[in-house]
Amino acid sequence: MTSTLLTNARLIDPEAGTDTLGELRIEAGRITAPGPAEQVVDCGGRCLAPGIVDLGVKVGEPGERHKESFHTAGQAAARGGITTMVCRPDTIPVIDSPETLEHARTRATHSAVRVHHMSALTRGRAGREMVEIGFLRDAGAVAFTDGTHVVTDTKVLSRCLTYARSLRALVVGHPQEPGLARGAVVTSGKFASLRGLPGVSPLAERMGVERDLALVEATGVAYHLDQVTTAAGLAPLRRARAAGLDVTAGTSIHHLTLNVLDVADYRTFFKVTPPLRTEDDRLAVAEALADGTIDIISSMHTPQDEESKRLPFEEAAPGAVGLETLLPAAMRLVSAGHVDLPTLWRALSLNPARRLGLAGGTLAKGAPADLVLFDPDAPFVLDRWTLASKSKNTPFDGARMEGRVLRTWVGGETVYDRADG
Amino acid sequence: MFTQRHLLGIEPLHPTEITTLLDRAEHYAEAQRRGDKHGDALAGLTQINMFFENSTRTQASFEIAGKRLGADVMNMAMQASSLKKGETLIDTALTLNAMRPDLLVVRHPHSGAVNLLAEKVNCAVLNAGDGRHEHPTQALLDALTIRRAKGRLHRLTVAICGDIAHSRVARSNLILLGKMESRVRLVGPPTLMPSEVAELGIEVTDDMAEGLRDADVVMMLRLQKERMDGGFIPSEREYYHRFGLDAAKLAHAKPDAIVMHPGPMNRGVEIDGTLADDINRSVIQEQVEMGVAVRMSAMDLLAQNLARA
Repeated sequence: MTSTLLTNARLIDPEAGTDTLGELRIEAGRITAPGPAEQVVDCGGRCLAPGIVDLGVKVGEPGERHKESFHTAGQAAARGGITTMVCRPDTIPVIDSPETLEHARTRATHSAVRVHHMSALTRGRAGREMVEIGFLRDAGAVAFTDGTHVVTDTKVLSRCLTYARSLRALVVGHPQEPGLARGAVVTSGKFASLRGLPGVSPLAERMGVERDLALVEATGVAYHLDQVTTAAGLAPLRRARAAGLDVTAGTSIHHLTLNVLDVADYRTFFKVTPPLRTEDDRLAVAEALADGTIDIISSMHTPQDEESKRLPFEEAAPGAVGLETLLPAAMRLVSAGHVDLPTLWRALSLNPARRLGLAGGTLAKGAPADLVLFDPDAPFVLDRWTLASKSKNTPFDGARMEGRVLRTWVGGETVYDRADG
Repeated sequence: MFTQRHLLGIEPLHPTEITTLLDRAEHYAEAQRRGDKHGDALAGLTQINMFFENSTRTQASFEIAGKRLGADVMNMAMQASSLKKGETLIDTALTLNAMRPDLLVVRHPHSGAVNLLAEKVNCAVLNAGDGRHEHPTQALLDALTIRRAKGRLHRLTVAICGDIAHSRVARSNLILLGKMESRVRLVGPPTLMPSEVAELGIEVTDDMAEGLRDADVVMMLRLQKERMDGGFIPSEREYYHRFGLDAAKLAHAKPDAIVMHPGPMNRGVEIDGTLADDINRSVIQEQVEMGVAVRMSAMDLLAQNLARA
């Protein structure tokens, strides 16, 4: 096995919280102490950081391979500096049995980057019967979630959480009071009123957060509240964290960098779930990221084909692709002064790896050499047709961005090199 | 001055464009009254009415307006057509576009659908109502009716009453009246009020007496049957008691205040039948008459811009 020494690198270490010039040595797929090596790569003073661990990627397999396959998603991830995709179970059929999980795992070998899978929490994500949490965990499911389908029956949810707790399984929930959210396509307020679009109050998120946290407190389950996007939702979360509950929280890059006004004249690429919020909410979430209340940023990569988006706003499918734009979009948070690079990398890499019990997210000796080399200042204008994803539904089409991935390694192997074109 | 390619809403219009539209409509209204009904402004042009939502009145009004100006008018009942076969809105639009129409009149149940369609075709598109978003010709005909009754559009107090939340008529009207520097009050139960409209600088109240006080114009909106059954308001009779317009509530407005309704009316739900028929107060029939004139004006001006393009 060859060894490589990466020299003249600006090392972004989220664990130590440091941003320093130095060297990193790779041997046999792992990070080792610096020393002589067969190959030397001069990083030219660019940033070298642990690869991104993206929690909540939708790949269209099984069921919608025309929107995204593990092969294309893997390429997009590699180009975006993502070395681990944690995939969602909201496929067709739903990943809710050891057999469907096995199928997805087999298909996932076509990906250039590491793939882990989440399972549904209830069969068919229908909110009635719990899945075989034990078997699924043994088969490799790293977390359990019904995603945007909120389990409305609190008795069912309570039993699921109690059972999951006994297996030390992580449950991921999207907080939303479904009654209030029914039929809504944007956040209620001035914009929704002027555009005549059905809106949901941010209150729906707060009620979802409060309900879920009450059950977490009662059951003691390890819980990740995904997609906390409003100031109203952050308040109960802060209280729960202060009380010492085993709860973490995440948000999507789109909610950190865009707001409801970006929908403008019914631009369906900006239709996401939950809907984009006000600028005040966006800033509140960015602040929560900086102070650690929000642990994890994800791309919420949701590929949709052109036909699903070329429709009136209310009829268009929700979701946006994000694997390749996660890093440059996140750099906006650094340029705006919300966070520094090591703090950002905690949310992109270290925290999700830790929460899911995965190796990675660190530059420590012995850790897998899952790395990304990037130029944080390189400017470009995004052209959606250049994306490696099969689906091109990005809200950043035509946007000026900064931050280019130069090279990505998974287990010491180069999976993307910009120099190769 | 009128520089628009399409009439998608009131929002994109400049106040002088609104005035231009109304002046031209006034000209057509007078001509109609003289019995001089036919013109040739649209001679040789093809007008297609695409209605994805049922409408008798608006469709008839656009059809008459087109025919009076010499256009070849075709009506397409879209519920019965290709959408049932799974064709998307954009494909339908492209198909019709290939037939080279000059004017496309579109009504659709979803907000923004007409904007989407306008991006894909070469002809002039007129929004005949999209979801809860806008219904620009309705607001223009209301404005013309008001201007004829009051002699101006500025410094008036206009109370818009009823189901504001689901109303594209209310949206277009409040945008237009704001642009023309009149004062708008929205009156209705809070369950039928859009969120945060007060922040747009509009007065909002759930008290008819307060809302109608010293109003020059009282505009009633239709309450859809499906919203009367306890979902948004407790009952039809409670709604009529609190928000239905009758002589007693109208007494809070100015003595010469006019009463308007975009139709079709629910007599005894949002408006007292006798009041609706009172020729001294109600301008409801004139609104319908002005509808034809405004649509002639809009299509005439858009056709002129089409010729220049």
